[in-house]
Amino acid sequence: MKFSEQWLREWVSPALATQALADQITMAGLEVDGIEPVAAAFDGVVVAEVVERAPHPDADKLNVCQVDDGVERLQVVCGAPNVAEGQKVAFARVGAVLPGDFKIKKAKLRGVESRGMICSASELGLEEETSAGILELPSAAPVGEDFRTYMTLDDSTIEVDLTPNRGDCLSVKGMAREVGVLNRLPVEGPNVAPVASVHEETFPVRVEDTEGCPRYLGRVIKGVDVTAETPLWMVERLRRSGIRSIDPVVDITNYVMLELGQPLHAFDRANLDGAVVVRRARQGEQLVLLDGQTITLNDDTLIIADERGPLAIGGVMGGEHSGVSVDTRDIFLEAAHFSPLAVAGQARAYGLHTDASHRFERGVDPRLAREAAERATTLLLEITGGEAGPLIEAADESQLPDDREVVLRRARLDQALDKVLPDDEVGEILERLGMSVERVDEGWRAKVPSWRFDIAIEEDLIEEVARIHGYNQLPARHPRALLGPRPDNEARTPLASLRHRMVSRGYFEAVTYSFVAPDLQETLLPEAVSPVLANPISSDLSVMRASLFPGLVRALEHNLNRQQNRVRLFETGLVFRGELDDLDQVPMLGALVCGSREPEGWSGGKEKVDFFDLKGDLESLIEMGGEGEAWRFEPGVHPALHPGQCARVMYRGQEAGWIGTLHPAVRAQLGLKTDAVLFEVRLDALTHGRVPAFQPLSRYPEVRRDLAFLVDAEQPVQALLDTLRAQAGEWLVEAHLFDVYQGKGVPEGRKSVALGLTWQHPSRTLNDDEINQLVDAIVEESRLHLGAELRA
Amino acid sequence: MDHLPTLVAEARDAIQAAESMAVLDELRVRYLGKKGEITALLKGLGQLPAEERPAAGERINQAKQALSAELDERKQTLEKAALEARLAAETLDVTLPGRGQPSGGLHPVTRTLERIEGLFTHVGFDVAVGPEIEDDYHNFEALNIPAHHPARGMADTFYFDATRLLRTHTSPVQVRTMKSTEPPIRIVCPGRVYRSDSDLTHTPMFHQVEGLLVDEDVRFSDLKGTIQDFLHAFFERDDLAVRFRPSYFPFTEPSAEVDIQCVMCDGAGCRVCSHSGWLEVMGCGMVHPEVFRHSGIDSERYTGFAFGMGAERLAMLRYGVNDLRLFFDNDLRFLQQFA
Repeated sequence: MKFSEQWLREWVSPALATQALADQITMAGLEVDGIEPVAAAFDGVVVAEVVERAPHPDADKLNVCQVDDGVERLQVVCGAPNVAEGQKVAFARVGAVLPGDFKIKKAKLRGVESRGMICSASELGLEEETSAGILELPSAAPVGEDFRTYMTLDDSTIEVDLTPNRGDCLSVKGMAREVGVLNRLPVEGPNVAPVASVHEETFPVRVEDTEGCPRYLGRVIKGVDVTAETPLWMVERLRRSGIRSIDPVVDITNYVMLELGQPLHAFDRANLDGAVVVRRARQGEQLVLLDGQTITLNDDTLIIADERGPLAIGGVMGGEHSGVSVDTRDIFLEAAHFSPLAVAGQARAYGLHTDASHRFERGVDPRLAREAAERATTLLLEITGGEAGPLIEAADESQLPDDREVVLRRARLDQALDKVLPDDEVGEILERLGMSVERVDEGWRAKVPSWRFDIAIEEDLIEEVARIHGYNQLPARHPRALLGPRPDNEARTPLASLRHRMVSRGYFEAVTYSFVAPDLQETLLPEAVSPVLANPISSDLSVMRASLFPGLVRALEHNLNRQQNRVRLFETGLVFRGELDDLDQVPMLGALVCGSREPEGWSGGKEKVDFFDLKGDLESLIEMGGEGEAWRFEPGVHPALHPGQCARVMYRGQEAGWIGTLHPAVRAQLGLKTDAVLFEVRLDALTHGRVPAFQPLSRYPEVRRDLAFLVDAEQPVQALLDTLRAQAGEWLVEAHLFDVYQGKGVPEGRKSVALGLTWQHPSRTLNDDEINQLVDAIVEESRLHLGAELRA
Repeated sequence: MDHLPTLVAEARDAIQAAESMAVLDELRVRYLGKKGEITALLKGLGQLPAEERPAAGERINQAKQALSAELDERKQTLEKAALEARLAAETLDVTLPGRGQPSGGLHPVTRTLERIEGLFTHVGFDVAVGPEIEDDYHNFEALNIPAHHPARGMADTFYFDATRLLRTHTSPVQVRTMKSTEPPIRIVCPGRVYRSDSDLTHTPMFHQVEGLLVDEDVRFSDLKGTIQDFLHAFFERDDLAVRFRPSYFPFTEPSAEVDIQCVMCDGAGCRVCSHSGWLEVMGCGMVHPEVFRHSGIDSERYTGFAFGMGAERLAMLRYGVNDLRLFFDNDLRFLQQFA
């Protein structure tokens, strides 16, 4: 909402400078977004009269004018086609400085001396586009008066970013009302008197949907002259409110809307057939709008129609056919109250956000229509001429909003504000806001004014009292609460700890968008199903990620393209799996590495990271839960990962994630220049853990045996470890792998796996025979099931 | 006996000239060993007349002790020199960088979220999270934003179909918590939120932390105190001016926007605060009775406050980041600055 400060000050003018006024409005909850001067800086321009006009002797398009600037007669050469004798103009004297630091000097044009310049609107910064001719002032303009003073150009446009609940402030009247409350000043607007009808012609109005349109006022005005000029003061006020002048009828309806807040519409009476009908559209009915586009109406749309068909979308936009044009002689002026629910959603459904729909959606004072109709009629008769007929009204009182009464309890107010305001102050605030207030036992009973759609419950009144009193005048304290330790699951590893572990292992945390490019997700996870946005911001952010891989790969690309070749990233967040109706939103932790093991340095670490580097980092996270034995890495196949370097990560027998090297073919498809290793694992598995359980320390010696087996090269070591653990008895305290070897001394197709086994008994010394038996069992089982042979 | 002085002088020279422990050992054996020359003199005492023996013995013992002391001293000197030589040889260039995996860093948004969570959990709030694909009910209806309410235009929503959407705030988590928990409730809800807006100052995804406190006798003053102290703590400035400006959110009443004195220019006016001296940092208010009604909480017995803030905005102000979009590029040169 933009309005002119001077316009507002005609209604109410507190003794505050512009900025102070804006601050006051802002702190009352009507946030001022900007203050702009209504005209660029210029000076030396006065109202003048063109006394004489003669053609330039040597130039067809120039005129030599004699101008009276109130002091003297001056000869001025003017090129505007519309300059005329007797015209009042804006005249820049020699020495004037126009916008853009344009200095007016004495000049000779084609040999004729020119002392000053007759200005156009654009030369004075009053119009954006270059004006076709000079600015013509009303004949009553006083010659010699400073042009800025005459036009009240020392004015500001104030733009207020109103919250949706304050539709009542979408007018100068509404803003003035608020400023009046804040400054305890009376508010007075132009006197609006009923216009006496001079003819009896009316037009039938039939409101079929009185719920959507509880009040409809109309009036036939005959013999208007649409070619009349909108007066300059009105054009200026519209301009300062961000609205362009169109023709006098439209300008007047806009002006009254800005002034009072009531949207109006004028139909060309000649194009109305039979009767004006307010009803819901029939599915498929069409309407050509004022802006020329044809729309097909839905049956929930409230329309204004005549006997032939739709004329306008009620409270949103008029139609082309019934609109006012230069040929219009008689108009039918509409001032209606459309209920917020009837208009809400309609503008958006058709992509039409208009000044009218903006206001009706938020609620227009249902008592305002008559005042607005009279005001517009008065202005029309003044400007376009014509004869007013009687103002007819179709109203269904039962559908109009009730007079709401809200009780404000003293106890509740005191508690909410934590401050006891004097009775007088509370009562006065409510009354100044337009409520009629009655003292009752528990507090106050307030009758809500018709323009306040946002006040319905006690809290609304508490807010109003707090707002006018001033939030910053209210006390602050600390919440009271009973202190007591709360449950804390020690077995759970907090997400923050996992993140910090990743950081301490050299990873930077990435945050990537939860929606990704469909083609990228398709490349990495061709079988993934995840929800697709109906209204994405762009096609490459349109499908929800089914995995953290797309985002991590995209972040890798970003860094590789910026010469960052060593990349270690991790991310935590939800991935979205399945159709909407069967959706899993799974928290995951994912990571990606590429480049050298350590940053380039003087001491090693130059080799490239591989699968086992990343696996080590993942194992480090797993170990935080203390449940290492619940986790397994099984060879698996994942479309994004190298089939020989890929593992399905299992937790308690369930798939918890994947780890592997990016598939070379996928890499090629993505145009990545480097290898990368990635994992992603469900956070619920990683955060799951156990509380440590103490085991007594044995005082008896350990026994260690080292065994080296030859197994098939493809045989996963895990199987050997499993067999060994199954056979090694309950006193095995440690089994670790200390060598894996293929090459000289080992037969082709086989590998040597060396294991160190340690036994210890809690309460006695183990003897060699026992250990030998266990080792024999291990060797035998391994031979039987895995074809493993013990190396000499 | 007469050659004792000569022998001692000779031994002294030899000891002083010894350059290794081995030579010193040899000299000890040669002079002081069982068959050493000084030892031999002691053994020869018996051949002297009895009256001379004590004096001669005395002299020989003195010589023996003197040589022994010289040997020890020389040994220490040699050891010291050897240690010094070794230390010199082992000298490292301690200015070379250390070895191993340097640590990475948290994303500045996470850093900010953890900090905010910490400030609230320390005073008894819990952290609550929830789904990001939400339904219309939890994101709008239950928060007193019915269909076609103009407030729906305040947040441009990403939809999947007529009723399912990406949450536009983390308030649905508050709704879910209120439905499942009896007051008192004290939670903060950090997380990703989504709005279909993308330009210099908007990204289609960003992070919020919302807070909720519901209990008996919760007042506007509790909200003001909590927010003021939080902002002072977050920016580590107890003198930071904070103001509450009336505003509107469908789910709170009274509602307020919270402004702080611009942390870039200390309120003098700069580009960051659009020369107003103030920065809008969060929204807040007292929980609307309609929201309580949806959640089955008796609004006569309980009152509460709620607040919400953008993590990126706070991170930008705290760390001086001047471009919102940097948060989602994941450029290592950016991330490394928050390690």
